[in-house]
Amino acid sequence: MAKITYIENNGNSKTIEVSNGFTVMEGAVQNNIPGIDADCGGGMACATCHVYVKEEWFNKLPKKEDGEEDMLDMAFEPNKFSRLSCQLIVSDELDGLIINTPSKQG
Amino acid sequence: MIKTDTLIIGAGPVGLFCVHQLGIIGLKCEVVDNLDKIGGQCIELYPDKPIYDIPAVPGCTGEELTNSLIEQIKAFKTKFHLNERVEEIKKVEKKWITKTNKGTEFESSSIIIAAGVGSFEPRKFSTKEIEKYEGKQILYSIKDKTIFKDKTVSIFGGGDSALDWAIELSNTSKVILVHRRDDFRGMQASIDKINKLKEENKIEIYTKYQLEAVQGKEKIESINIKHDDKTIKEIKTDYVLGFFGLIMQLGPIADWGLNLDKKTVPVNTESFETNKEGIFAIGDICSYPGKLKLILSGFHEGALAARGCFKYAKPDEKYRFEFTTSSKAVKNRLGVEE
Repeated sequence: MAKITYIENNGNSKTIEVSNGFTVMEGAVQNNIPGIDADCGGGMACATCHVYVKEEWFNKLPKKEDGEEDMLDMAFEPNKFSRLSCQLIVSDELDGLIINTPSKQG
Repeated sequence: MIKTDTLIIGAGPVGLFCVHQLGIIGLKCEVVDNLDKIGGQCIELYPDKPIYDIPAVPGCTGEELTNSLIEQIKAFKTKFHLNERVEEIKKVEKKWITKTNKGTEFESSSIIIAAGVGSFEPRKFSTKEIEKYEGKQILYSIKDKTIFKDKTVSIFGGGDSALDWAIELSNTSKVILVHRRDDFRGMQASIDKINKLKEENKIEIYTKYQLEAVQGKEKIESINIKHDDKTIKEIKTDYVLGFFGLIMQLGPIADWGLNLDKKTVPVNTESFETNKEGIFAIGDICSYPGKLKLILSGFHEGALAARGCFKYAKPDEKYRFEFTTSSKAVKNRLGVEE
């Protein structure tokens, strides 16, 4: 279980407890957090679950696989802290994770 | 005006199998899709990726699944209207009139929406000033490459479309390729070719840059690109091309008066009809308690929606359930031998 804080582009934030094994994307979608569309449903095929990870957390996360970086080319305004939230699997180590959602997903 | 029993919106796997289900019960249909090819997400997002949960198919790719579905409906000689997006629908007496962005009009007694998460549209630049140039000097696809002759063309993107056009246009134009990171993800042969062109000074490449601003009056005069380290570079350019792939957007479907729940259309689970009589929704776009976004669920939904269309197409006939294994009428429709 990890507490994850999702901060919308307009500054609104919500902290949700997400069970281990679920993804950061699923935590958002199942709790009606706006700003994460996840059109392809977690297949790493669409880049609409793009998020910006808080700097201090970015290097603590498991590294990106090749396919994720390729998909991020398609994301809306990616930066060096960009990740696809469908690839971030929740574990106790992620307790306290803070992510920002982009102004839009495409 | 094209007259048919049912119009299917979406040529993905669920729309394709629904053609089959309509066909075996003797209904005619036509299919509209905004992509340039049949197959929907299977062909656009994961043609090479394996699928393992199609009943009786232990494993296949999105492309193989699409080809098999096309093969399965061959007998019905269904007309596909590709590269067309349905814009508006209206009810005239008991028929639905549907119009596409290309002006094609259909008259049908029912419509089945099998549109997935919506139609595929090119992803656009996020810069504010782009709108007035879009479709003129800012383009997301190329119809006539001769307009770039002897011009400066700035191409954004790191995939095959960006690389292929950079290579192609470098013959006749000054090409500047801009990508947000150092790695390109196209085919290795294309990447090698791009690097060679760069060494020969035939193209300019800027990596770790993204579009920041566009300057111009009637036409674009220059653009600013911004490096990861925040430094900005101004580039004089005539055209700007963006190749960031496609994104799915619900689009005009949202304006048809259908009930919507987030980006999905609620349906009943008896016939998958929506709140509008004669309009059905199947596959990823429909929602109901327990909905699973699986291709196999879409097949089931299409089978029931097809039967739901029957009473609108043939109000004076009673639908009779038949098996493909034993029904002579069904076999005739499928064109298979006794």
